[in-house]
Amino acid sequence: MIVGSQLYKRYPGGFEALKNVSFTIADGEMALIGGHSGAGKTTLLKLLSAIERPTSGSLIVNGQNLIALRPAALPFLRRNLGLVFQDQKLLFDRSALENVLLPLEIIGLAPREAQRRARAALDKVGLLAREKTNPIALSGGEQQRLAIARAVVNRPTILLADEPTANLDEESARQVLDLFVAFNQVRVTVIIATHAPQGLFPDCAARVLTLSHGSLIA
Amino acid sequence: MKAWLQQHLAALVRAARRIAGSPLNTLLSILVIGIAMTLPAAGYLCLDNLKALGANSSNAQQMSLFLHTGAGEKMRSDIEKRLETLLPGQWRFVSRDAALRQMEANEGMAEIIASLPKNPLPDAFILEPNDADPDHLETLRATLSAWSGVAHVQLDSAWIKRFDAFLRLGRLAAHLLAVIFAVGLIAVTFNTIRLQVLGQAEEIEVARLIGATDAFIRRPFCYSGVLQGALGGLMAALLLLVGVLALSPPVSRLAALYGSAFVLRGPSFLHSLALIASGAALGWLGAQLSVRLIRDQ
Repeated sequence: MIVGSQLYKRYPGGFEALKNVSFTIADGEMALIGGHSGAGKTTLLKLLSAIERPTSGSLIVNGQNLIALRPAALPFLRRNLGLVFQDQKLLFDRSALENVLLPLEIIGLAPREAQRRARAALDKVGLLAREKTNPIALSGGEQQRLAIARAVVNRPTILLADEPTANLDEESARQVLDLFVAFNQVRVTVIIATHAPQGLFPDCAARVLTLSHGSLIA
Repeated sequence: MKAWLQQHLAALVRAARRIAGSPLNTLLSILVIGIAMTLPAAGYLCLDNLKALGANSSNAQQMSLFLHTGAGEKMRSDIEKRLETLLPGQWRFVSRDAALRQMEANEGMAEIIASLPKNPLPDAFILEPNDADPDHLETLRATLSAWSGVAHVQLDSAWIKRFDAFLRLGRLAAHLLAVIFAVGLIAVTFNTIRLQVLGQAEEIEVARLIGATDAFIRRPFCYSGVLQGALGGLMAALLLLVGVLALSPPVSRLAALYGSAFVLRGPSFLHSLALIASGAALGWLGAQLSVRLIRDQ
Protein backbone atom coordinates (compact mmCIF):
# COMPACT_ATOMS: atom_id res chain seq x y z
CA MET A 1 0.00 0.00 0.00
CA ILE A 2 1.23 3.46 -0.92
CA VAL A 3 -0.38 6.48 0.68
CA GLY A 4 0.60 10.00 -0.28
CA SER A 5 -0.99 12.81 1.64
CA GLN A 6 -0.72 16.56 0.95
CA LEU A 7 2.63 16.13 -0.71
CA TYR A 8 4.63 19.19 -1.66
CA LYS A 9 8.00 19.27 -3.37
CA ARG A 10 9.79 22.56 -3.73
CA TYR A 11 13.25 22.64 -5.32
CA PRO A 12 15.97 25.10 -4.38
CA GLY A 13 15.18 28.30 -6.28
CA GLY A 14 11.50 28.06 -5.37
CA PHE A 15 10.12 25.89 -8.21
CA GLU A 16 7.20 23.85 -6.91
CA ALA A 17 7.19 20.50 -8.70
CA LEU A 18 4.35 19.02 -6.63
CA LYS A 19 1.53 20.83 -4.87
CA ASN A 20 -0.83 19.24 -2.38
CA VAL A 21 -0.82 15.79 -4.01
CA SER A 22 -2.75 13.07 -2.21
CA PHE A 23 -3.41 9.54 -3.46
CA THR A 24 -3.60 5.90 -2.45
CA ILE A 25 -2.34 2.95 -4.46
CA ALA A 26 -3.40 -0.49 -3.23
CA ASP A 27 -1.16 -3.57 -3.15
CA GLY A 28 -1.06 -5.29 -6.52
CA GLU A 29 -2.57 -2.31 -8.33
CA MET A 30 -1.39 -1.05 -11.71
CA ALA A 31 -1.19 2.77 -11.70
CA LEU A 32 -0.13 5.09 -14.48
CA ILE A 33 1.05 8.60 -13.65
CA GLY A 34 0.19 10.77 -16.62
CA GLY A 35 0.64 14.40 -17.50
CA HIS A 36 2.45 16.80 -19.76
CA SER A 37 6.16 17.39 -19.71
CA GLY A 38 7.10 19.10 -16.44
CA ALA A 39 3.83 18.10 -14.76
CA GLY A 40 5.72 16.41 -11.89
CA LYS A 41 5.55 12.73 -12.93
CA THR A 42 9.26 12.06 -12.50
CA THR A 43 9.34 14.04 -9.26
CA LEU A 44 6.54 11.89 -7.85
CA LEU A 45 8.40 8.71 -8.88
CA LYS A 46 11.55 10.07 -7.23
CA LEU A 47 9.62 10.64 -4.03
CA LEU A 48 8.15 7.12 -4.19
CA SER A 49 11.60 5.59 -4.65
CA ALA A 50 13.09 7.81 -1.90
CA ILE A 51 15.54 9.37 -4.34
CA GLU A 52 14.19 12.70 -3.14
CA ARG A 53 12.25 13.73 -0.06
CA PRO A 54 9.01 15.71 -0.05
CA THR A 55 9.24 19.25 1.25
CA SER A 56 6.12 18.56 3.30
CA GLY A 57 3.30 16.08 3.55
CA SER A 58 3.32 12.39 4.28
CA LEU A 59 4.30 9.47 2.08
CA ILE A 60 3.94 5.91 3.31
CA VAL A 61 5.43 3.13 1.21
CA ASN A 62 5.29 -0.48 2.41
CA GLY A 63 4.31 0.79 5.84
CA GLN A 64 7.26 3.13 6.16
CA ASN A 65 6.87 6.89 6.29
CA LEU A 66 9.52 8.13 3.89
CA ILE A 67 9.58 11.58 5.49
CA ALA A 68 10.78 10.14 8.79
CA LEU A 69 13.03 7.47 7.31
CA ARG A 70 16.67 7.64 8.47
CA PRO A 71 19.19 7.85 5.59
CA ALA A 72 20.75 4.57 6.75
CA ALA A 73 17.41 2.82 6.24
CA LEU A 74 16.99 3.98 2.63
CA PRO A 75 18.98 1.14 0.99
CA PHE A 76 16.81 -1.45 2.74
CA LEU A 77 13.63 0.29 1.55
CA ARG A 78 14.93 0.38 -2.02
CA ARG A 79 15.62 -3.35 -2.00
CA ASN A 80 11.86 -3.84 -1.93
CA LEU A 81 11.37 -1.52 -4.89
CA GLY A 82 12.17 -2.29 -8.50
CA LEU A 83 13.26 0.78 -10.41
CA VAL A 84 13.21 1.06 -14.20
CA PHE A 85 14.57 4.25 -15.67
CA GLN A 86 14.01 5.86 -19.03
CA ASP A 87 17.77 5.71 -19.68
CA GLN A 88 17.99 2.21 -18.13
CA LYS A 89 21.13 3.04 -16.12
CA LEU A 90 22.83 -0.20 -17.14
CA LEU A 91 26.52 -0.77 -16.48
CA PHE A 92 28.43 -1.18 -19.70
CA ASP A 93 31.60 -2.58 -18.13
CA ARG A 94 29.91 -5.90 -17.39
CA SER A 95 27.71 -8.49 -19.07
CA ALA A 96 23.92 -8.63 -19.06
CA LEU A 97 24.02 -11.39 -16.42
CA GLU A 98 26.38 -9.36 -14.21
CA ASN A 99 24.04 -6.38 -14.44
CA VAL A 100 21.20 -8.52 -13.15
CA LEU A 101 23.43 -10.06 -10.48
CA LEU A 102 24.22 -6.67 -8.93
CA PRO A 103 21.09 -6.34 -6.74
CA LEU A 104 21.63 -9.90 -5.50
CA GLU A 105 25.28 -9.17 -4.63
CA ILE A 106 24.05 -6.17 -2.70
CA ILE A 107 21.76 -8.27 -0.52
CA GLY A 108 24.55 -10.83 -0.07
CA LEU A 109 22.86 -13.80 -1.72
CA ALA A 110 25.03 -16.91 -2.09
CA PRO A 111 26.69 -16.86 -5.54
CA ARG A 112 25.07 -20.07 -6.78
CA GLU A 113 21.55 -18.98 -5.77
CA ALA A 114 22.22 -15.50 -7.17
CA GLN A 115 23.23 -16.95 -10.54
CA ARG A 116 20.12 -19.13 -10.60
CA ARG A 117 17.80 -16.21 -9.83
CA ALA A 118 19.54 -13.84 -12.25
CA ARG A 119 19.22 -16.39 -15.07
CA ALA A 120 15.55 -16.91 -14.19
CA ALA A 121 14.99 -13.14 -14.40
CA LEU A 122 16.78 -12.99 -17.76
CA ASP A 123 14.68 -15.90 -18.97
CA LYS A 124 11.52 -14.09 -17.89
CA VAL A 125 12.38 -11.08 -20.06
CA GLY A 126 13.59 -13.27 -22.94
CA LEU A 127 17.29 -12.47 -22.68
CA LEU A 128 18.74 -15.69 -21.27
CA ALA A 129 20.44 -16.48 -24.55
CA ARG A 130 22.25 -13.15 -24.34
CA GLU A 131 23.44 -13.36 -20.75
CA LYS A 132 27.09 -12.92 -21.69
CA THR A 133 26.44 -10.00 -24.03
CA ASN A 134 27.53 -6.54 -23.02
CA PRO A 135 24.45 -4.31 -22.74
CA ILE A 136 25.94 -1.94 -25.30
CA ALA A 137 25.40 -4.66 -27.91
CA LEU A 138 21.69 -4.94 -27.09
CA SER A 139 18.91 -3.04 -28.86
CA GLY A 140 16.95 -0.31 -27.05
CA GLY A 141 14.07 -2.69 -26.31
CA GLU A 142 16.45 -5.40 -25.09
CA GLN A 143 18.25 -2.90 -22.87
CA GLN A 144 14.92 -1.88 -21.34
CA ARG A 145 14.01 -5.53 -20.79
CA LEU A 146 17.39 -6.08 -19.17
CA ALA A 147 16.70 -3.13 -16.88
CA ILE A 148 13.38 -4.74 -15.97
CA ALA A 149 15.13 -8.04 -15.21
CA ARG A 150 17.49 -6.19 -12.88
CA ALA A 151 14.55 -4.41 -11.25
CA VAL A 152 12.58 -7.59 -10.57
CA VAL A 153 15.38 -10.02 -9.68
CA ASN A 154 15.04 -9.06 -6.00
CA ARG A 155 11.31 -9.93 -6.17
CA PRO A 156 10.20 -6.43 -5.21
CA THR A 157 6.67 -5.69 -4.04
CA ILE A 158 6.56 -2.45 -6.02
CA LEU A 159 7.85 -1.82 -9.53
CA LEU A 160 8.39 1.82 -10.50
CA ALA A 161 9.13 2.81 -14.08
CA ASP A 162 9.80 6.23 -15.56
CA GLU A 163 8.81 6.51 -19.26
CA PRO A 164 9.99 2.92 -19.91
CA THR A 165 8.86 2.93 -23.55
CA ALA A 166 9.82 6.50 -24.45
CA ASN A 167 12.62 5.62 -26.86
CA LEU A 168 11.32 2.31 -28.17
CA ASP A 169 9.63 1.29 -31.40
CA GLU A 170 6.10 -0.04 -31.19
CA GLU A 171 6.98 -3.72 -31.04
CA SER A 172 9.69 -3.30 -28.41
CA ALA A 173 7.37 -1.06 -26.37
CA ARG A 174 4.66 -3.73 -26.49
CA GLN A 175 7.11 -6.41 -25.26
CA VAL A 176 8.17 -4.17 -22.37
CA LEU A 177 4.59 -3.29 -21.42
CA ASP A 178 3.61 -6.97 -21.54
CA LEU A 179 6.28 -7.64 -18.97
CA PHE A 180 4.78 -5.04 -16.63
CA VAL A 181 1.39 -6.67 -17.05
CA ALA A 182 2.89 -10.09 -16.31
CA PHE A 183 4.46 -8.84 -13.10
CA ASN A 184 1.26 -7.07 -12.09
CA GLN A 185 -0.61 -10.33 -12.54
CA VAL A 186 1.53 -11.88 -9.80
CA ARG A 187 0.46 -9.09 -7.39
CA VAL A 188 3.41 -6.78 -7.90
CA THR A 189 2.28 -3.15 -7.60
CA VAL A 190 3.29 -1.47 -10.85
CA ILE A 191 3.55 2.32 -11.14
CA ILE A 192 4.54 3.78 -14.48
CA ALA A 193 5.11 7.44 -15.29
CA THR A 194 4.20 8.19 -18.88
CA HIS A 195 3.18 11.22 -20.87
CA ALA A 196 0.55 9.20 -22.79
CA PRO A 197 -1.24 6.80 -20.43
CA GLN A 198 -4.39 6.41 -22.53
CA GLY A 199 -4.55 3.07 -24.31
CA LEU A 200 -1.23 1.91 -22.93
CA PHE A 201 -2.80 -1.16 -21.36
CA PRO A 202 -5.99 -1.86 -23.31
CA ASP A 203 -6.44 -5.32 -21.77
CA CYS A 204 -5.65 -4.37 -18.22
CA ALA A 205 -7.43 -2.28 -15.61
CA ALA A 206 -4.85 0.40 -14.95
CA ARG A 207 -5.70 3.42 -12.85
CA VAL A 208 -4.49 6.75 -14.20
CA LEU A 209 -3.31 9.56 -11.92
CA THR A 210 -3.05 12.72 -13.99
CA LEU A 211 -0.75 15.53 -12.93
CA SER A 212 -0.79 19.05 -14.29
CA HIS A 213 1.68 21.71 -13.19
CA GLY A 214 2.39 19.73 -10.03
CA SER A 215 -1.22 19.17 -9.00
CA LEU A 216 -3.20 15.97 -9.23
CA ILE A 217 -6.20 16.67 -11.41
CA ALA A 218 -7.62 13.19 -11.85
CA MET B 1 28.12 -14.18 8.98
CA LYS B 2 28.55 -16.26 5.82
CA ALA B 3 26.84 -13.58 3.72
CA TRP B 4 29.04 -10.93 5.32
CA LEU B 5 32.18 -12.90 4.46
CA GLN B 6 30.90 -13.49 0.93
CA GLN B 7 30.33 -9.77 0.46
CA HIS B 8 33.86 -9.01 1.68
CA LEU B 9 35.32 -11.68 -0.58
CA ALA B 10 33.33 -10.33 -3.53
CA ALA B 11 34.56 -6.80 -2.74
CA LEU B 12 38.14 -8.05 -2.57
CA VAL B 13 37.77 -9.77 -5.93
CA ARG B 14 36.22 -6.62 -7.45
CA ALA B 15 39.09 -4.54 -6.07
CA ALA B 16 41.68 -6.98 -7.45
CA ARG B 17 39.95 -6.88 -10.85
CA ARG B 18 39.93 -3.09 -10.80
CA ILE B 19 43.64 -3.02 -9.99
CA ALA B 20 44.44 -5.60 -12.66
CA GLY B 21 42.22 -3.74 -15.12
CA SER B 22 44.58 -0.78 -15.27
CA PRO B 23 48.05 -2.34 -14.98
CA LEU B 24 50.08 0.74 -15.90
CA ASN B 25 48.35 3.03 -13.39
CA THR B 26 48.59 0.34 -10.75
CA LEU B 27 52.28 -0.25 -11.41
CA LEU B 28 53.02 3.47 -11.16
CA SER B 29 51.06 3.77 -7.89
CA ILE B 30 52.81 0.73 -6.43
CA LEU B 31 56.20 2.13 -7.49
CA VAL B 32 55.47 5.47 -5.82
CA ILE B 33 54.27 3.74 -2.64
CA GLY B 34 57.19 1.30 -2.72
CA ILE B 35 59.80 4.02 -3.07
CA ALA B 36 58.14 6.12 -0.37
CA MET B 37 58.33 3.14 1.99
CA THR B 38 61.85 2.13 0.98
CA LEU B 39 63.50 5.33 2.21
CA PRO B 40 62.54 5.13 5.91
CA ALA B 41 62.84 1.34 5.86
CA ALA B 42 66.38 1.70 4.48
CA GLY B 43 67.11 4.15 7.30
CA TYR B 44 66.01 1.63 9.93
CA LEU B 45 67.97 -1.14 8.23
CA CYS B 46 71.05 1.08 8.13
CA LEU B 47 70.74 1.78 11.87
CA ASP B 48 70.33 -1.92 12.62
CA ASN B 49 73.48 -2.66 10.69
CA LEU B 50 75.38 0.15 12.41
CA LYS B 51 74.32 -1.19 15.78
CA ALA B 52 75.48 -4.66 14.82
CA LEU B 53 78.73 -3.24 13.47
CA GLY B 54 79.31 -1.31 16.71
CA ALA B 55 78.64 -4.39 18.82
CA ASN B 56 80.86 -6.61 16.67
CA SER B 57 83.88 -4.51 16.01
CA SER B 58 84.46 -2.38 19.09
CA ASN B 59 83.49 -4.70 21.91
CA ALA B 60 81.46 -1.74 23.02
CA GLN B 61 79.77 -3.54 25.88
CA GLN B 62 82.97 -5.15 27.18
CA MET B 63 84.05 -4.29 30.72
CA SER B 64 87.29 -5.18 32.52
CA LEU B 65 87.24 -5.89 36.23
CA PHE B 66 90.74 -5.73 37.79
CA LEU B 67 91.41 -7.29 41.19
CA HIS B 68 93.81 -5.90 43.78
CA THR B 69 97.28 -7.30 43.15
CA GLY B 70 97.21 -8.87 46.57
CA ALA B 71 93.85 -10.55 46.11
CA GLY B 72 94.12 -14.22 46.93
CA GLU B 73 92.56 -17.37 45.58
CA LYS B 74 89.61 -17.15 48.00
CA MET B 75 88.82 -13.60 46.98
CA ARG B 76 88.92 -14.59 43.30
CA SER B 77 86.67 -17.55 43.89
CA ASP B 78 84.24 -15.37 45.81
CA ILE B 79 84.04 -12.84 42.94
CA GLU B 80 83.59 -15.65 40.43
CA LYS B 81 80.55 -16.89 42.37
CA ARG B 82 79.05 -13.42 42.53
CA LEU B 83 79.66 -12.84 38.82
CA GLU B 84 78.03 -16.15 37.95
CA THR B 85 74.95 -15.03 39.85
CA LEU B 86 74.92 -11.54 38.34
CA LEU B 87 76.03 -12.27 34.75
CA PRO B 88 75.76 -16.01 34.16
CA GLY B 89 77.94 -17.10 31.26
CA GLN B 90 78.85 -13.51 30.35
CA TRP B 91 82.31 -13.33 31.84
CA ARG B 92 85.73 -15.02 31.67
CA PHE B 93 88.73 -14.96 33.93
CA VAL B 94 92.13 -13.76 32.69
CA SER B 95 94.92 -14.57 35.16
CA ARG B 96 97.78 -12.13 35.64
CA ASP B 97 100.17 -14.69 34.07
CA ALA B 98 97.93 -15.09 31.01
CA ALA B 99 97.67 -11.31 30.67
CA LEU B 100 101.45 -11.01 30.81
CA ARG B 101 101.85 -13.66 28.14
CA GLN B 102 99.37 -11.82 25.93
CA MET B 103 101.29 -8.62 26.42
CA GLU B 104 104.59 -10.33 25.63
CA ALA B 105 103.15 -11.52 22.34
CA ASN B 106 102.77 -7.93 21.22
CA GLU B 107 105.61 -6.69 19.10
CA GLY B 108 108.37 -4.90 21.07
CA MET B 109 106.87 -5.69 24.46
CA ALA B 110 108.87 -8.83 25.27
CA GLU B 111 112.08 -6.94 26.11
CA ILE B 112 110.29 -4.37 28.23
CA ILE B 113 108.48 -7.07 30.19
CA ALA B 114 111.69 -9.05 30.64
CA SER B 115 113.27 -6.02 32.29
CA LEU B 116 110.52 -5.87 34.94
CA PRO B 117 111.41 -7.33 38.35
CA LYS B 118 107.98 -8.98 38.73
CA ASN B 119 104.63 -9.27 36.94
CA PRO B 120 102.87 -5.91 37.56
CA LEU B 121 99.52 -7.04 36.12
CA PRO B 122 96.55 -7.96 38.30
CA ASP B 123 94.16 -10.86 37.86
CA ALA B 124 91.17 -9.67 35.82
CA PHE B 125 87.72 -10.65 34.66
CA ILE B 126 86.46 -9.70 31.18
CA LEU B 127 82.72 -9.10 31.26
CA GLU B 128 80.45 -9.04 28.21
CA PRO B 129 76.95 -8.22 29.49
CA ASN B 130 74.11 -9.06 27.11
CA ASP B 131 72.37 -5.79 27.94
CA ALA B 132 74.54 -3.13 26.28
CA ASP B 133 72.39 -0.19 27.34
CA PRO B 134 74.82 2.58 28.48
CA ASP B 135 72.80 3.32 31.64
CA HIS B 136 72.74 -0.33 32.56
CA LEU B 137 76.48 -0.67 31.98
CA GLU B 138 77.17 2.38 34.12
CA THR B 139 75.05 0.99 36.97
CA LEU B 140 76.82 -2.35 36.63
CA ARG B 141 80.19 -0.66 36.77
CA ALA B 142 79.25 1.15 39.98
CA THR B 143 77.99 -2.11 41.55
CA LEU B 144 81.12 -4.05 40.65
CA SER B 145 83.43 -1.26 41.83
CA ALA B 146 81.93 -1.52 45.32
CA TRP B 147 82.80 -5.23 45.65
CA SER B 148 85.54 -6.19 48.05
CA GLY B 149 88.81 -7.08 46.30
CA VAL B 150 87.99 -5.12 43.16
CA ALA B 151 90.61 -2.51 42.37
CA HIS B 152 89.10 -0.99 39.24
CA VAL B 153 86.32 -1.55 36.72
CA GLN B 154 87.04 -0.20 33.27
CA LEU B 155 84.31 0.77 30.84
CA ASP B 156 84.69 3.05 27.86
CA SER B 157 81.34 4.60 28.64
CA ALA B 158 82.02 7.85 26.82
CA TRP B 159 82.44 5.98 23.51
CA ILE B 160 79.35 3.89 24.17
CA LYS B 161 77.33 6.98 25.04
CA ARG B 162 78.45 8.81 21.89
CA PHE B 163 77.64 5.81 19.75
CA ASP B 164 74.28 5.34 21.47
CA ALA B 165 73.47 9.05 21.08
CA PHE B 166 74.29 8.75 17.38
CA LEU B 167 72.01 5.74 17.04
CA ARG B 168 69.21 7.54 18.92
CA LEU B 169 69.55 10.53 16.63
CA GLY B 170 69.52 8.26 13.59
CA ARG B 171 66.45 6.46 14.91
CA LEU B 172 64.66 9.77 15.49
CA ALA B 173 65.53 10.88 11.95
CA ALA B 174 64.22 7.56 10.62
CA HIS B 175 61.01 7.99 12.64
CA LEU B 176 60.51 11.49 11.22
CA LEU B 177 61.21 10.24 7.73
CA ALA B 178 58.74 7.40 8.26
CA VAL B 179 56.02 9.80 9.40
CA ILE B 180 56.61 12.14 6.45
CA PHE B 181 56.54 9.31 3.93
CA ALA B 182 53.53 7.71 5.64
CA VAL B 183 51.62 10.95 5.13
CA GLY B 184 52.82 10.96 1.52
CA LEU B 185 51.67 7.38 1.06
CA ILE B 186 48.24 8.20 2.50
CA ALA B 187 48.02 11.15 0.09
CA VAL B 188 48.98 8.96 -2.89
CA THR B 189 46.37 6.34 -1.96
CA PHE B 190 43.80 9.03 -1.29
CA ASN B 191 44.31 10.46 -4.76
CA THR B 192 44.35 7.08 -6.52
CA ILE B 193 41.13 5.98 -4.82
CA ARG B 194 39.53 9.39 -5.42
CA LEU B 195 40.16 8.97 -9.15
CA GLN B 196 38.68 5.48 -8.98
CA VAL B 197 35.61 6.83 -7.18
CA LEU B 198 35.16 9.51 -9.82
CA GLY B 199 35.64 6.94 -12.58
CA GLN B 200 33.03 4.65 -11.04
CA ALA B 201 30.47 7.40 -10.37
CA GLU B 202 27.89 5.79 -12.65
CA GLU B 203 28.20 2.40 -10.98
CA ILE B 204 27.97 4.02 -7.55
CA GLU B 205 24.79 5.84 -8.55
CA VAL B 206 23.17 2.68 -9.90
CA ALA B 207 24.20 0.64 -6.86
CA ARG B 208 22.70 3.26 -4.57
CA LEU B 209 19.44 3.28 -6.51
CA ILE B 210 19.03 -0.47 -6.18
CA GLY B 211 19.66 -0.62 -2.47
CA ALA B 212 23.42 -0.69 -1.86
CA THR B 213 24.54 0.62 1.50
CA ASP B 214 27.45 3.05 1.77
CA ALA B 215 29.50 0.24 3.29
CA PHE B 216 28.84 -1.99 0.27
CA ILE B 217 29.88 0.79 -2.11
CA ARG B 218 32.97 1.79 -0.12
CA ARG B 219 34.25 -1.74 0.51
CA PRO B 220 35.92 -2.43 -2.90
CA PHE B 221 37.65 0.96 -2.78
CA CYS B 222 38.99 0.24 0.71
CA TYR B 223 40.26 -3.16 -0.44
CA SER B 224 41.80 -1.45 -3.44
CA GLY B 225 43.74 0.85 -1.08
CA VAL B 226 44.77 -2.11 1.08
CA LEU B 227 45.95 -4.13 -1.94
CA GLN B 228 47.90 -1.23 -3.43
CA GLY B 229 49.49 -0.44 -0.05
CA ALA B 230 50.41 -4.08 0.53
CA LEU B 231 51.88 -4.41 -2.97
CA GLY B 232 53.78 -1.15 -2.36
CA GLY B 233 55.15 -2.66 0.89
CA LEU B 234 56.19 -5.77 -1.01
CA MET B 235 57.87 -3.56 -3.60
CA ALA B 236 59.74 -1.74 -0.79
CA ALA B 237 60.92 -5.05 0.70
CA LEU B 238 62.16 -6.18 -2.73
CA LEU B 239 63.93 -2.88 -3.36
CA LEU B 240 65.66 -3.17 0.03
CA LEU B 241 66.67 -6.74 -0.68
CA VAL B 242 68.10 -5.80 -4.07
CA GLY B 243 69.96 -2.87 -2.48
CA VAL B 244 71.43 -5.07 0.26
CA LEU B 245 72.43 -7.76 -2.24
CA ALA B 246 74.19 -5.13 -4.35
CA LEU B 247 75.98 -3.50 -1.38
CA SER B 248 76.83 -6.61 0.61
CA PRO B 249 79.99 -7.78 -1.24
CA PRO B 250 81.77 -4.37 -1.24
CA VAL B 251 80.80 -3.76 2.42
CA SER B 252 82.14 -7.17 3.43
CA ARG B 253 85.39 -6.52 1.53
CA LEU B 254 85.75 -3.14 3.27
CA ALA B 255 85.06 -4.71 6.68
CA ALA B 256 87.63 -7.43 5.97
CA LEU B 257 90.28 -4.74 5.41
CA TYR B 258 89.63 -3.64 9.02
CA GLY B 259 89.81 -7.24 10.25
CA SER B 260 86.05 -7.54 10.76
CA ALA B 261 83.79 -10.34 9.60
CA PHE B 262 80.85 -7.93 9.38
CA VAL B 263 78.13 -8.93 6.92
CA LEU B 264 75.45 -6.47 5.82
CA ARG B 265 72.04 -7.62 7.04
CA GLY B 266 69.04 -7.45 4.74
CA PRO B 267 65.39 -7.15 5.76
CA SER B 268 64.26 -10.26 7.65
CA PHE B 269 61.09 -12.13 6.77
CA LEU B 270 59.36 -10.45 9.71
CA HIS B 271 60.61 -7.01 8.61
CA SER B 272 59.25 -7.65 5.13
CA LEU B 273 55.92 -8.74 6.57
CA ALA B 274 55.85 -5.60 8.72
CA LEU B 275 56.50 -3.48 5.62
CA ILE B 276 53.66 -5.16 3.74
CA ALA B 277 51.32 -4.83 6.73
CA SER B 278 52.26 -1.14 7.20
CA GLY B 279 51.63 -0.49 3.51
CA ALA B 280 48.26 -2.20 3.72
CA ALA B 281 47.30 -0.25 6.86
CA LEU B 282 48.32 3.09 5.37
CA GLY B 283 46.59 2.23 2.09
CA TRP B 284 43.43 1.42 4.01
CA LEU B 285 43.66 4.74 5.86
CA GLY B 286 44.13 6.70 2.61
CA ALA B 287 41.23 4.83 1.02
CA GLN B 288 39.01 5.44 4.05
CA LEU B 289 39.64 9.16 3.81
CA SER B 290 39.00 9.10 0.07
CA VAL B 291 35.76 7.12 0.16
CA ARG B 292 34.25 9.74 2.44
CA LEU B 293 33.79 11.49 -0.90
CA ILE B 294 31.21 8.86 -1.79
CA ARG B 295 29.10 9.86 1.18
CA ASP B 296 29.34 13.50 0.11
CA GLN B 297 28.43 12.79 -3.51
